[in-house]
Amino acid sequence: MAHKDADPKVGRRKFLTGVAAAGAATAATAIATPAARAAEPASAPRIPSALRPTMQVAAAETGTPRELARVPGTPGSDFMVDVIKTLDIKYCPSNCASSYRAIHESMINYGANKMPEFLTCTHEESAVGMAHGYFKAAGKPLMTLCHGTVGLQHATMGVYNAWCDRVPVIIVGGNDMDAATRPPGVPTFHSAQDINALVRDFTKWDDTPVSLQHFAQSFVRAYKIAMTPPHGPVAISLDAGLQQEPMRNHGGGKPYIPRYVPTAPPQGDSGAVKEAARLLAAAQNPVIVADRAARTPNGVKLLVELAEVLQARVIDQGGRMNFPRTHYLSAPPTAVNNADVIIGLELSDFWATVNSYTDNAANDGIGSNASRIKDGTKLISISSVELITKANYQDFQRFQVIDVPMVGDAETTLPALIEELKRAVPNKAAVEKRAEAAKKAYAEARARTKEAAALGWDASPISTARLCMEVFGAVKDLDWSLVASEGNVSNWPNRLWPFEKYHHWLGRSGGYGVGYGAPASVGAALANRDLGRFSVAIQSDGDLMYAPGVLWTAAKHKIPLLSVMHNNRGYHQEVMHVQRLSNFRDRVANLGGDMGPVGTSIMNPDIEYHKLAESMGWWAKGPIKDPAQLGPALKEAVKVVQSGQPALLNVWTQPR
Amino acid sequence: MRNRKRFALALASILTAAFGHAAAAAGSAEKGKSAYVKHGCWQCHGFAGQGGVTGPKLAPNPLPLEALSAFVRNTRGAMPPYQSAILSEADLADIHAYLQSLPKAPDYKSIPLLNP
Repeated sequence: MAHKDADPKVGRRKFLTGVAAAGAATAATAIATPAARAAEPASAPRIPSALRPTMQVAAAETGTPRELARVPGTPGSDFMVDVIKTLDIKYCPSNCASSYRAIHESMINYGANKMPEFLTCTHEESAVGMAHGYFKAAGKPLMTLCHGTVGLQHATMGVYNAWCDRVPVIIVGGNDMDAATRPPGVPTFHSAQDINALVRDFTKWDDTPVSLQHFAQSFVRAYKIAMTPPHGPVAISLDAGLQQEPMRNHGGGKPYIPRYVPTAPPQGDSGAVKEAARLLAAAQNPVIVADRAARTPNGVKLLVELAEVLQARVIDQGGRMNFPRTHYLSAPPTAVNNADVIIGLELSDFWATVNSYTDNAANDGIGSNASRIKDGTKLISISSVELITKANYQDFQRFQVIDVPMVGDAETTLPALIEELKRAVPNKAAVEKRAEAAKKAYAEARARTKEAAALGWDASPISTARLCMEVFGAVKDLDWSLVASEGNVSNWPNRLWPFEKYHHWLGRSGGYGVGYGAPASVGAALANRDLGRFSVAIQSDGDLMYAPGVLWTAAKHKIPLLSVMHNNRGYHQEVMHVQRLSNFRDRVANLGGDMGPVGTSIMNPDIEYHKLAESMGWWAKGPIKDPAQLGPALKEAVKVVQSGQPALLNVWTQPR
Repeated sequence: MRNRKRFALALASILTAAFGHAAAAAGSAEKGKSAYVKHGCWQCHGFAGQGGVTGPKLAPNPLPLEALSAFVRNTRGAMPPYQSAILSEADLADIHAYLQSLPKAPDYKSIPLLNP
């Protein structure tokens, strides 16, 4: 696919002479020339073999080239590194692969392994997850390199999470496209016509550049698209030949690097903003619901201003840290029940915000639905996601009729809405009265939440409330950042921790693809390390076991992170699902000797996560089952993390 | 969750009125602890009956046995029903006895970590 100019005369086939030579000694008998092959009599169709490879095939797959011909001129991949360096990309977490060996070499040698620095990952899903977490802590995207086929296949779940969570990740997949010249065997297994097809349903944009100039444009465009709200992952297929061939002139000169100029984010229509302000100003009980409304710390300030202008209660659904939990206008999800106007800001699921679904086997097993809100409640939405909605994956959720729907970025639209509201609010005294009711409701809700947290306080295994509050007690005097909380701990951090700063809470996975927590924590901790913050994660057992190798990456690259395990020894959502179906069918759930239904427990044997972490270079301790032992262990672990190392505590917990 | 709690409390009131304060069938707290785990009550309500986002608290001060039984057998809410084919009356009485045996939680005001 690489664009072939008349000069220079050295193609990548010559570069690969050494590779061919390595194989030639051993594979000459195995690989016939096309002419010889054509002369062969027709034989039975070849079928895949499960036999061990021959010595020749094994050597061809694993052998080291004896001699590599030097490529004259500047390698194309050096230019690619020049392009990447213009974009302030600090790290490149990746699992190494031959299809991008040329840019890998350029990055670490020509590019001096800086901006970006290559970080060694043991799984592509971990690399994408790290980039995901990093962005939410730093506000800057990372790139990752991977094999365009098998590597991208590994990466896909992480890409889907980033897509659903509206996070930019630049994915570059190596791919040897020229079927006539690429090496046979493994490199051909690892090539495809269109690798980006794997992730096209859940990336904002992708491209397959065929020249270096094309690459420069594609990469800058990819960065620009990824970073324009709504953010999202992008993919570039990078031909192995294009990486390896020397740089050629383009249109009479050297390829140029386009300048990156950020695109202004989309703003809600001014007429719709006025109508929204009119409805909100006239409301008796307006309620604000935010999911991914705040993209930056300024988004939090704007949301506070909006809430205070209206004295409206705010439900923060937690896709990001949108609204301080210490503010008296912070409200639980049930606050929608008595609203007369609800404004949803970047909600991932407006339907479920105002309706409930009960999985109770009613209606022939499909469950029952009910409205959570009063008849006649007016709904307003500001969301940019409609701009990138695609057809296949159903992340757009159920359809909800909205009275004033606005396509636009919420954070960008809020200043105009606030200004309109300041003009539109007819009776400021009436609005102020709402404040008193909100303060009372906030105080009562806090007391109820603390009462609930005290239940089972001294239980063993340790209650999730105790777990979360012991962790908070250990980090509260630091500039902490809860980088992930996977596995459902009954939302205790969101209910009890004083989230105030944007980095206090980085949200969840987006697509609920399990396996996000561990890599996203490490990625966010990397960003926080550079920003001087203390990173803490609540790490579930099932999540960690998808790709635990990211623990090694954290130790290897000296990324300090306190990972406290919520080890409930099961895939607990599925524990409940199978129990539910057993009950619906009047059958006793088969536990198979475990606590949860067969296939849902992670026990017998119990995984010793502390030993797993230790084996990969972490300080670790556990299993901790007695709540009285948790506080002292946390003190030790915090000191370790402050010294620059990652630390893990394996804590046995209640299920939720 | 709150609706379910309200329903359960309403049901408890009705049943208490209907049955009076009849003594609950005597159950064994020790057997109930095993039955509580075996039948999966812990999954949504926790091993200490403390509740969480997936289910309300069951202890301390559980519903009267009659109310608990009526709810467990007939629920059409988020909790799946347990018919007698999968949870016997004896096991249910034992579970109730176990829930009654669980100690009262400390006052949250006395826990420093809940009052940072």
